[in-house]
Amino acid sequence: MCSSKRNLNFGLAINEALQQMMAADPTVFLIGQGVKSPWYVGNTCTNLVERFGEERVIDTPVSENAMTGAAVGASIAGMKAIVVHPRVDFVLYGFDPIINQAANWHYMSGGRSSASVVFWLIVNRGGEQAAQHSQALHSMFAHVPGLKVVAPSTPYDAKGLMISAIKDNNPVVFIDDRWLYRTNTEVPEEVYDVEIGKGIIRNAGTEATLVSFSYMAYESEKAVEEFTQQGRSIEFIDLRTIKPIDENLILDSVKKTGRLVIADGAWKTGGIAAEISAIVSEKAHAYLKAPVQRVCLPDTPAPAAGSLEKAYYRTKDDIIEAIKKVL
Amino acid sequence: MTYSKEFLENLYRMMLRIRLCEESLVDPILKGEIKTPCHLYSGEEAIATGVCAQLEKDDYIFGNHRSHGHYLAKGGNMSAMIAEVYGRSGGCCSGRGGSMHLIDTDHGVMGIAPIVAGTISLALGAALASKIRMEKRVTVSFFGDGATGEGVLYESLNFASLKKLPIIFACENNLYSTHLPIDEIRTNRDIYRIAEPFDITSFRVDGNNVLEVYEAAGKAVDRCRNGNGPVFMEFLTYRFRGHVGPDDNVQGSHTDIRPEAEIEAWKKRDPLSIFGTYLKENNVLTDSGIRAIFDEVNKEVSAANEYALNSPKPEKEELCKYVFK
Repeated sequence: MCSSKRNLNFGLAINEALQQMMAADPTVFLIGQGVKSPWYVGNTCTNLVERFGEERVIDTPVSENAMTGAAVGASIAGMKAIVVHPRVDFVLYGFDPIINQAANWHYMSGGRSSASVVFWLIVNRGGEQAAQHSQALHSMFAHVPGLKVVAPSTPYDAKGLMISAIKDNNPVVFIDDRWLYRTNTEVPEEVYDVEIGKGIIRNAGTEATLVSFSYMAYESEKAVEEFTQQGRSIEFIDLRTIKPIDENLILDSVKKTGRLVIADGAWKTGGIAAEISAIVSEKAHAYLKAPVQRVCLPDTPAPAAGSLEKAYYRTKDDIIEAIKKVL
Repeated sequence: MTYSKEFLENLYRMMLRIRLCEESLVDPILKGEIKTPCHLYSGEEAIATGVCAQLEKDDYIFGNHRSHGHYLAKGGNMSAMIAEVYGRSGGCCSGRGGSMHLIDTDHGVMGIAPIVAGTISLALGAALASKIRMEKRVTVSFFGDGATGEGVLYESLNFASLKKLPIIFACENNLYSTHLPIDEIRTNRDIYRIAEPFDITSFRVDGNNVLEVYEAAGKAVDRCRNGNGPVFMEFLTYRFRGHVGPDDNVQGSHTDIRPEAEIEAWKKRDPLSIFGTYLKENNVLTDSGIRAIFDEVNKEVSAANEYALNSPKPEKEELCKYVFK
């Protein structure tokens, strides 16, 4: 075990998880469009084909439905498949194998079989890519029984959650955001888990609770930092997993602060922010001292024009405004 | 080709097991004792029987909504299947699956599920798993003519051919896609030709003649086992019962869709009669020999139904069991 400190960027942290898990377990394999192309997957798949061969690192035709289904089927047959969709928008072609098949498989077989598969979906937006290249669809997956959904915000969590997702006996949707690939933090060299279902308090505080995950956790850190500099005390929770959600972590914090802001990088209606708000309404309503605030995308498709994109995406400034409203 | 008496008897016994098992469900369905939608396999028994007779226990099959026959022919336990149909704890999915979700992984029945064409890509993945592990295992994907309308079939054909996967695409063409006759869903009836643009070897077989099915499946299995797969097989057949349940075209109900003359013509091509006649003409079995097999199977089916009815219903406290492993 290496104890020296070392930084890695987000993409290379995922790459290290894949390298280590594929080396440790011959049943682990990666399939998906673009695994040989940095244009598709950045540096996440660097040297995988060279090291593990095209039998286990499979670049595919543009056939999202069958490739997603093949990953599920291989998992049912005893493999540990990771299927990557470099743009989450394209996975809509693969909803049948994910939802009808994988998510239901263990239940509808009465526990006799399960699809231990990782659906790795990359949110890749901005840059005037517009509606079909910009969507964040994690709440759709979180709605479905039988799926776990993780959404890391740091290189450390990206590696640890990818390892945990691969080890998990259930289908896991691993959603990351290409906007995070530039982040660079300390990542241990050894294999480690980040437990699925556990959030983390990134900043302890007393005046308000801010809950976020994935890219909006990155923006949230910056917002919280500004409050800290002004002598205010905001508790910031990075959920890391959105299904199953770490309810107790949220509830304990809200019971302490009485104020809640949720920042989610997806649409408002029917989203994770709404779910968190509902959980708090059901289980900690009496503790609330102000209405819950949600920082989400407007219920609008992503625009192309840069001027509209600026109005569309939420940043630390939106989070700061929301926190001011509850304080 | 010559076959042993025992082998031929076993083929006949399996076809009869499927037929009598399916027919034993008819009354309980009509009486409302069975509520899960049952897509009965009566009339198509020769296909599952002939194909699975070529498979090893370790080989994989995946099925669709009409898969009682596939499950039984691959070695699945009849009592557990009927208990599943009755929604009982002793069912092969502990009452969570019903008729359209059956499994018996010990016998390679890897998955049966009713989204049309939905299990084709799962079978593709199972075949991919075998290829990665460098096994000799063969996977059979059973689906119907209706599945030829789904894009995932063509994606799967392309990928299977590209990677030379050991998979048999077994299309049971019973001429009806639920209520729609084949001429209303395709410009031609030559389903076997859909594999040609993908450079996949394809066969068209009389699906009501078990020995023809068996022999063609043997060629397909050999190709896959020797690393020369995939293979596409079209089996021409006809269902004797409705799309779902016993009645939609047999009893003159409002969902009647099929011409009576057509049904009568196919009944004359009953796979059990065809094979029974063959066995008698070739002095494999006499009428009394056939009767003995019938009595034996009838007892098994009765015992399986009794097991199912005596199996407890799942407790409501267990509603959320099995969501996660």
